Amino acid sequence: MLTFTPSGIYCPPGGFYIDPWKPVEKAVITHAHSDHARWGSNHYLCHPDTAPLLHLRLGPVDVQSLDWGEQLDINGVRVSLHPAGHIIGSSQVRVEHKGEVWVVSGDYKVVPDGISGPFEPVSCHHFITESTFGLPIYQWEDQEIIYQQIRQWVLDNQAAGYSSVLLAYSLGKAQRVISCLAPLQQPIYAHGAIANVQETLIQAGWNLTPVARVPVEPNRNQLKGSIVVAPPSADGSSWLKKFGPVKVAVCSGWMQVRGNARRRNVDAGFVLSDHADWNGLKTAVKATGASAVYVTHGFQAAFSRYLTEQGIEAQEIQTDYGTEEQE
Amino acid sequence: MRLFAELVQQLGSSTKTNDKLAALLRYFETAPEADTIWVIALFTGRRPKRTVSSTYLREWCIEQTGLPAWLFEESYHTVGDLAETIALLLPPPTNESSHSLQAYLEALQALSDQEVEAKKTFVLQAWDELNREERFVFNKLITGGFRIGVSQQLLVQALAKLVQLEQSQVAYLISGQWDPRQTSLQQLLDSSFAATDFSKPYPFYLCYPIEGVLAELGNPADWQAEWKWDGIRGQLIKRNGELFVWSRGEELITEKFPEYQGLLEALPDGLVLDGEILPFMEGKPMPFALLQTRIGRKNITKKQLEAAPIHFFAYDLLEWEGTDWRDQPLEQRRSKLEALVAQVQHPKLLLSPMVIFNTWEELAELRSRSREFVAEGIMLKKKDSVYQVGRKRGDWWKWKTDPMTIDAVLIYAQKGHGRRSNLYTDYTFAVRKEDKLLAFTKAYSGLTDKELLEVDAFVKRNALEKFGPVRTVPAELVFEIAFEGIAASSRHKSGVALRFPRILRWRKDKTVQDINTLEDLQQLLQQFGNDKAD
Repeated sequence: MLTFTPSGIYCPPGGFYIDPWKPVEKAVITHAHSDHARWGSNHYLCHPDTAPLLHLRLGPVDVQSLDWGEQLDINGVRVSLHPAGHIIGSSQVRVEHKGEVWVVSGDYKVVPDGISGPFEPVSCHHFITESTFGLPIYQWEDQEIIYQQIRQWVLDNQAAGYSSVLLAYSLGKAQRVISCLAPLQQPIYAHGAIANVQETLIQAGWNLTPVARVPVEPNRNQLKGSIVVAPPSADGSSWLKKFGPVKVAVCSGWMQVRGNARRRNVDAGFVLSDHADWNGLKTAVKATGASAVYVTHGFQAAFSRYLTEQGIEAQEIQTDYGTEEQE
Repeated sequence: MRLFAELVQQLGSSTKTNDKLAALLRYFETAPEADTIWVIALFTGRRPKRTVSSTYLREWCIEQTGLPAWLFEESYHTVGDLAETIALLLPPPTNESSHSLQAYLEALQALSDQEVEAKKTFVLQAWDELNREERFVFNKLITGGFRIGVSQQLLVQALAKLVQLEQSQVAYLISGQWDPRQTSLQQLLDSSFAATDFSKPYPFYLCYPIEGVLAELGNPADWQAEWKWDGIRGQLIKRNGELFVWSRGEELITEKFPEYQGLLEALPDGLVLDGEILPFMEGKPMPFALLQTRIGRKNITKKQLEAAPIHFFAYDLLEWEGTDWRDQPLEQRRSKLEALVAQVQHPKLLLSPMVIFNTWEELAELRSRSREFVAEGIMLKKKDSVYQVGRKRGDWWKWKTDPMTIDAVLIYAQKGHGRRSNLYTDYTFAVRKEDKLLAFTKAYSGLTDKELLEVDAFVKRNALEKFGPVRTVPAELVFEIAFEGIAASSRHKSGVALRFPRILRWRKDKTVQDINTLEDLQQLLQQFGNDKAD
């Protein structure tokens, strides 16, 4: 019922695409990250929490929203959305036609992060899964342990006279990092890209910690020892100079491997991911009960071979999703 | 072990030298002394003998995790480090009760004559009582090679600060042959104890690549020029009636070069020479590829001895009649050296000749002809310079000749190690041979981080097969490959072996139609590859 086309995942009976990477007439969107929600389509369908983010990123586009669990009929195909636990609003797309069920999971993680909604396993015949961290070397620690490490790092930096800069992708990771830092009860300065997302979400009714905008001309030492959340692209920028001497950390699942962390040339790396780890991927695939699995972006060759050896028929699919910067 | 694991973690993650120095100092101040001596040994490359093979480590990890072997290998190629791969894959420990670094190292040594089952029991027990960071360093102790971003110089700096000695003195004291099992920290840093080690070499003084223009060096008459040979820098020591040969990497390699034994008789006692270990025949040095056939061999055959007759090209004299001469000006050391070589008259001991020049222009002209002399460039040393420790700017410079270059196309890629983990950064290149492509060299360095990411994305998008470490890619990306030397080789399909190949630049302006051919390589070989390598 779903096919993989040069424009993206397509549903012929429904006449719509899911996360297309080329402009199409109707696009169902799993979440608002730029590799999944691309510019140029005529109509978008997504979760209500994704809608304001889509507007923030794509401008005034035509967006219809659909709540989790609510059903919509598109040309005889029954479409519903289910929480994917990846970022705010992120959803799996379930499509049903003549008794056959497919689920497109987009990006997901199975362990709740307290913000993004708890991942819901959805039974299906065909499951399309990501594999960003589809190797057994990627096994995450509990979020609370990582959060404590981050807060301790910030306090140690302050004691030594440094500001702490946490590099996190502006949509998703940044909200988690900010909520991790909120208990410190200090102003959290955010780069414009992150402040925009945070304000959009707060206006949309989310109970998130507001961030402080950076004064245009701060007094000397005013920002010394402060807490800063910035997108990875801000690393090494002159914008960071305002904060005096800084220590910089990257928050990403890629920090699991020492070499990746060293390559980033930062002072610390915290293993905090918005994607399922190895065990998460395995659990998710099993829970669907799917008899056919399609593995997209990441370690798709390894994960699909592993699943096949475990008796779950799987194949790898080339897509345009996923870049390392976004995690 | 926890303290040591933390130290390794800090050294690996800090980006500033001062932070590393502080971490080392903190460790030396808090760690037990018996651990400290081992850390000095490990960080200066004195790795204890391997008692458990990495094949077993792989096997036991696969057994513990229940993963298929191919998935273990995929993981390994992505991480790029066996010790780390295993640390990441193992299930969490059931009891955390780690022992001291020294205890693990000694226990590992004690395994050397044990059965495999005993080794396995020990390793599994250690894995089960260590956390992830500790397991990583524990595995590293077994697999060896602590390349974790701490230079010997940094270690020397930290120790000098700790014990309030000159850095050059510390560098000397921790060099040479000493066994961390039989040496205390106090003994190691005591000069009268050092004097009991007759083999002890001096830390090498290394040249900086020249910067700016020659004229800035002032009067040519103040400088001595020599050819820069492409061999192994070494120290030849005769003390207490014994001969010792050290490589620059502080490896005692006396046994590897039996040719030198004849010098034992000929040389006076209490002598240290700095020079180049170099094969030499019919009046000229031979290419490095020949020397390579001698390194890493335990037993040397008569044939090898004849094919690559090793000589010692003396540059400098560091000790004379048991007295340290390093503080004497070069000019005096040199004239003593010249007198010595003339007097000894041994066929294996040659004086590395001076390159005579009057003006900087003349020297530039000579440098451009380096390859005719089988040299890789010129070394410039100030005549009044003392023999310093390590790589220092100012008095000694190296001025290498421009490399040879060839345009080639990328055909295979493999993931890298260390900070290149999970990136396709190790490449194989091909030239054209009629209408086919022929692999002729690998190259790992020369691209910027940004370019590496670009090539990595190309490989991940275009790889023609999926498993195993090597990816074949469509022959589209063209690079200019630079190298220092070329020699004939029967071990390479292309028939040539290159010396120090690296990527000079990415030629985005060229297509696979524009690359060089095998004939171009053969022409270079005829012009510059004077002898057959093997």
